[in-house]
Amino acid sequence: MSHYYEEDDLERFPEIGKYRPDLYDIFMNYYQGVMSAGALTTREKALIALAVAHAVQCPYCIDAYTRGSLEAGSNLEEMTEAIHVAAAIRGGATLVHGIQVHNAAAKITM
Amino acid sequence: MLPFARKLEDLGYPDLKADRINILQVNLGWRCNQACKHCHLLAGPQRPEQMARDTIEEIIRVVKRWSIPTVDLTGGAPELNPHYEYLVERLDQLGTHILTRCNLTILLEPGKEHLPEFFRDHRVELVCSLPYYQEDLVDRLRGAGVFQKSLDALRRLNRVGYGEADPDLKLNLMYNPAGAYLPPEEAALEAVYRRELAERHQIRFHRLLTLLNMPIGRFKEFLERSKNYERYMGKLVSGFNPATVAGLMCRSLISVAWDGRLFDCDFNQALDLPLLPGLPQTIREFDPEALATRPIRLGDHCYGCTAGLGSSCGGKLAEG
Repeated sequence: MSHYYEEDDLERFPEIGKYRPDLYDIFMNYYQGVMSAGALTTREKALIALAVAHAVQCPYCIDAYTRGSLEAGSNLEEMTEAIHVAAAIRGGATLVHGIQVHNAAAKITM
Repeated sequence: MLPFARKLEDLGYPDLKADRINILQVNLGWRCNQACKHCHLLAGPQRPEQMARDTIEEIIRVVKRWSIPTVDLTGGAPELNPHYEYLVERLDQLGTHILTRCNLTILLEPGKEHLPEFFRDHRVELVCSLPYYQEDLVDRLRGAGVFQKSLDALRRLNRVGYGEADPDLKLNLMYNPAGAYLPPEEAALEAVYRRELAERHQIRFHRLLTLLNMPIGRFKEFLERSKNYERYMGKLVSGFNPATVAGLMCRSLISVAWDGRLFDCDFNQALDLPLLPGLPQTIREFDPEALATRPIRLGDHCYGCTAGLGSSCGGKLAEG
């Protein structure tokens, strides 16, 4: 193995179902149900998935939902905005934990 | 990859056959004022191929003799053929439903400014290429400045009544992906196109059709150059949808090349795969009995018509 992340591994996802196929099937049914159009369109869901893919920094998911967003009719302007949403929430989450620093510091300092 | 013919055989279609001829699709030539990156025919301004007048007369004879209900004019830019207007006038006199696949920018070429009124006067249904509703993507695919020219052309068509309430003046738009991925769901994308074109550009249209990029011609060159060919074909093969087979356009259409030769579709024409041996091979030999139930010549590019919700000159083939 030359890299931890191999592009072709994404296509091998179903191999996870080799062990405990019952759990794999439950997951896939749930996954397909979640990603189908509902109150949100498939285009909106693909953009959310793309943003989450960046937040969890999963190369497979970024590959899959770049394609997924384009196949849902989205464009790089919308996709970039979605990534900014992930970045803003991650950045905000980092900063808001600064309050814990302030609290912790307050507790141990005079 | 399982050959397409074998795939159909496994599904109980040992030899896919046509079941009627409702549409005569006529390719008037490969000359075009554009040279789009996704063109399956490698059409462009330098292409010399043009349908000659005697072949046009044969088309008119066949449509009249066999009462073909619809003639679908394509190219290249079909309007660049010097006999385009003559053919449309004659077909209109016969009461034929006429479609033209229009690249929009042709309406702005010198000597072609009359086309919106000409289309209207002959009730030509238009299928116009507009692969997205944003400038950068359209210009990347079709050439610098094409998006703005396309908007200008669409406004001209709206002004003469296309895209409005009159059901005889149909203005349909054609989307195709800008790369190695499948088209979106047609109705969802149509709603976005309608909103964006109306709000930003005050443009109206009837339907949006989505067409998948066939892995042939310039698009195949792109797939190979970008090392996307295997993956794209894998996606088409794994996306095979049996529900698309009944509506495949080759089952109700016959394609006539600029030189009068007959093909099962425009894609087979691009690949120079004529009708199977033993069948009439040119418009001069047109025989509806032999052709209406002919076996179709298949190739692996046919996976492009059966992937997902299917793809055809009339848009998707199956419901989602």
